Amino acid sequence: MEAQAIFDALKGKFGDAVVELQSEGFSPAFVVVAPAAVKEIARFLKDDPALSFDSLMCLSGVDYKEKFAVAYHLHSMKHRHAIGVKAFLPRENPSLPTVDDVWPAANFHEREAFDLFGIAFEGSKDLRRILLPEDWEGHPLRKDYKYPDFYHGIKV
Amino acid sequence: MEALAKSLVNAVPLLAGVPLWAVTLLLMVVVAVVILVFALTFEGVGSLVLRKVAGDIQARIGPNRVGPNGILQFLADGVKLVLKEDIIPANADRLLFQLAPYFVFVGSFAAFVVVPFGVGLIAADLNIGIYYVMAVTSLVVVGVLLAGWSSNNKWALLGGMRAAAQIVSYEIPVGMALIPAVLIAGSLSLQDIVRSQGGLLGVFGWNLFHNPFTFFSFFLYFTAAQAETNQTPFDLPEAESELVSGYNVEYSGIRFGFFFLAEFGDMFIVAALATACFLGGWNVPFFNADTLPWIWGNLLSLGVFLTKAFAMVLIMMWVRWTLPRLRVDQLMRMSWKYLVPLTFVNLLGVSLWLLLFKGKGIPGMIASLFG
Amino acid sequence: MTIRTDALPTQEMTINMGPQHPSTHGVLRVILTTDGEVVTRAVPDVGYLHRGLEKIGERVTYAQFMPFTDRLDYLAAMNCNCAWAWAVEKLAKIEVPERAEYLRVIVCELNRISSHLIAFGSYTADMGAFTPFLYAIREREKVNDLFEMICGNRLTYNYARVGGVSGDAPPGFLEKTKEFLDYFEPKLDEYNNLISYNKIFVHRLANVAVIPAEEAVAYGLTGPNLRGSGVPFDLRKDEPYSVYPKFDFKVCVGTGERGTPGDCFDRYMVRINEMRESIKIVRQALAQIPDGPVLAKVPRVFKPPVGEVYFRSECPRGETGIYLVSDGSVNPFRLKIRTGSFVAMNIFEKVTRGLMIADIVAVIGSFDIILPEIDR
Repeated sequence: MEAQAIFDALKGKFGDAVVELQSEGFSPAFVVVAPAAVKEIARFLKDDPALSFDSLMCLSGVDYKEKFAVAYHLHSMKHRHAIGVKAFLPRENPSLPTVDDVWPAANFHEREAFDLFGIAFEGSKDLRRILLPEDWEGHPLRKDYKYPDFYHGIKV
Repeated sequence: MEALAKSLVNAVPLLAGVPLWAVTLLLMVVVAVVILVFALTFEGVGSLVLRKVAGDIQARIGPNRVGPNGILQFLADGVKLVLKEDIIPANADRLLFQLAPYFVFVGSFAAFVVVPFGVGLIAADLNIGIYYVMAVTSLVVVGVLLAGWSSNNKWALLGGMRAAAQIVSYEIPVGMALIPAVLIAGSLSLQDIVRSQGGLLGVFGWNLFHNPFTFFSFFLYFTAAQAETNQTPFDLPEAESELVSGYNVEYSGIRFGFFFLAEFGDMFIVAALATACFLGGWNVPFFNADTLPWIWGNLLSLGVFLTKAFAMVLIMMWVRWTLPRLRVDQLMRMSWKYLVPLTFVNLLGVSLWLLLFKGKGIPGMIASLFG
Repeated sequence: MTIRTDALPTQEMTINMGPQHPSTHGVLRVILTTDGEVVTRAVPDVGYLHRGLEKIGERVTYAQFMPFTDRLDYLAAMNCNCAWAWAVEKLAKIEVPERAEYLRVIVCELNRISSHLIAFGSYTADMGAFTPFLYAIREREKVNDLFEMICGNRLTYNYARVGGVSGDAPPGFLEKTKEFLDYFEPKLDEYNNLISYNKIFVHRLANVAVIPAEEAVAYGLTGPNLRGSGVPFDLRKDEPYSVYPKFDFKVCVGTGERGTPGDCFDRYMVRINEMRESIKIVRQALAQIPDGPVLAKVPRVFKPPVGEVYFRSECPRGETGIYLVSDGSVNPFRLKIRTGSFVAMNIFEKVTRGLMIADIVAVIGSFDIILPEIDR
């Protein structure tokens, strides 16, 4: 299915929660959605037989300077088509529902987004820092991150 | 030993005044030192041979820097181990930690006493030879358990537990597989067992060819004994890749050296027992070593014995570098479900055979056909 | 810790299979909770090798990031180099000369062979058979010699460039590669005879950590891990990139030949068979390679257009997906590298419940993880 067709199917089902389609210069195209509706849209994308996106290729956090985003890249083993889903988040307390009950593959990726950006995933079965030590302060991949001088008395 | 002491006192007039017990004691100490030197040399050279054999099988060279072709490598390793810092973990049980290597080494070395090296070359020809060896090598279990427990390290504990379970489980097949040799010879003494394989039948006088059941029990013995000595495919207790060296992970320096040496000592004991019980021991084929003068007879039989024992050791090393490792439950299953029943059936078979054919083996029966 | 109230009360033991361990293929920490020898819970703790590659990527230029991709999966560095090059070329729509693409495929497949050799060797070494590891290293030395010929390095190659490769194959390289393939192909049968079908080895691997196909897809497994569960999905065939459509090769899938489909043995055999297929691909590439330039004209100050691209390529350990966000400047705005090993650790906790400690080692080896890829 083409990206426009997928967008139309989603828009038909979820209306205002589906905001726009980013297709020029984006490969695969991104369907921008409202953060609160991410879980239902994810479930629909996975379960609908025409779409059947059963494989989450990648889940990344992005810092767009004025706002955050969580970008999902999905792929369907059955239909062999791919789509991206993006949800924009404010810089203060970014959080959105988790999708790890839809795609279990999301768990580690969400932990990494939480670790490096500070994006909280509500309802996640296991949200802890994954790459950095448990007691690290700050979220390094943010554009305004200040490197600490010391960590446990060791000069960083 | 007493007889030797008496003949020594008679031969050397200087010792006339010395009481017999002193001479006997002195003689025992000398013999023990000789055996110890042999054991340590074998263990050192054995470690070198192991590495060279490993190199050959693995398409590489092995140690070749220390000494011509690397033959002094074991001396260098020994010196290195002796000079290393003696580290005892902070929360380890000090006494048990220090005691454990000695148990293991004594358990291995004490068995050298009854190994029949030649016609008259045996440190102590105990009339309970086989029984003694089985009993004394079980001391190793105590040592390994102590090492695992006292290291205050969960990996060592796991290794010690596995080792204890493994060694204890494989004692039964080892013992049962050796009994056929005892039955044929009619005695537990190792010299008697070796002598029973002598005679004009030569190679075919070996217990290996006596009857199909003893043939089978040689392989059962060899497999079970390889497990006893913690060699791959049964080297779980010291599985480098899983338990990071298992029960001896916290040991350093010469304490580790004792574990290491005892492993090779055990290998030699296994090979020596296999040779003595199944492969004819020091018997020279088609030849009666007793007819030669004392020194030549002993040298010849010693040479034959050592050749056979070293061949067995080489086969153990070969198997070690070829096969992967069994998991602990597969190991236990193999012992209890396969080896134990097989050795019992084997024992029954040998007993029935000896009863039916009045102690004659197949080669003996064939020979008597031709007169 | 739970306490079982049998005749003898027992406790569960928490063991640390720490960052330094001979079998964890790098600095992986696994916190085991065991009841004797049986593992009740195995939680992986990654991050010991986190170097902030993604943050570094935002400060360096696209060309300067190439050496960093070497350190991403150092056993398959060519594949990572080429993945980055392909991703940037997709973003900027750069046309790569055909000879360069052929050279990239040749080195990528050779690197696949050498990476799978290490996977095979270290796996059998973990299982206690030390000899196949030495044989694998011996073959890999020959591949390293080939790579030294073509780019000067034995481990971190930095060979691909945005727009092509850094240098043409020197005279003699293609002939030497063919010699290597002729030498190596019978070795695979030798390894199968020595260890792959050895009863003890099969018993250690068969029916351990079975992952059914749907679960493998849902948990995002890729590469040999996914194909070992019976899913015939290979990016080189299903989403072909570069010159892969021109080659004829099989997709190796696990069939449960010695146990259940999706167990450790299947994943292991998929890698062995993939080496055979890689040999086929390299042979065809050697026969078809055209002459021509090896590097396209890319401006010195390279500014790709604004946009976002996700490109994935088939690396030996799974798919390496690169999500590249460009804001038109010389540095990437955001780059996220999604690696096969990272996602394989996701399923680790689920799959190891109820196994024995010796099996944990078998599972880690069957996933063929490498820590720099997980931690970046």
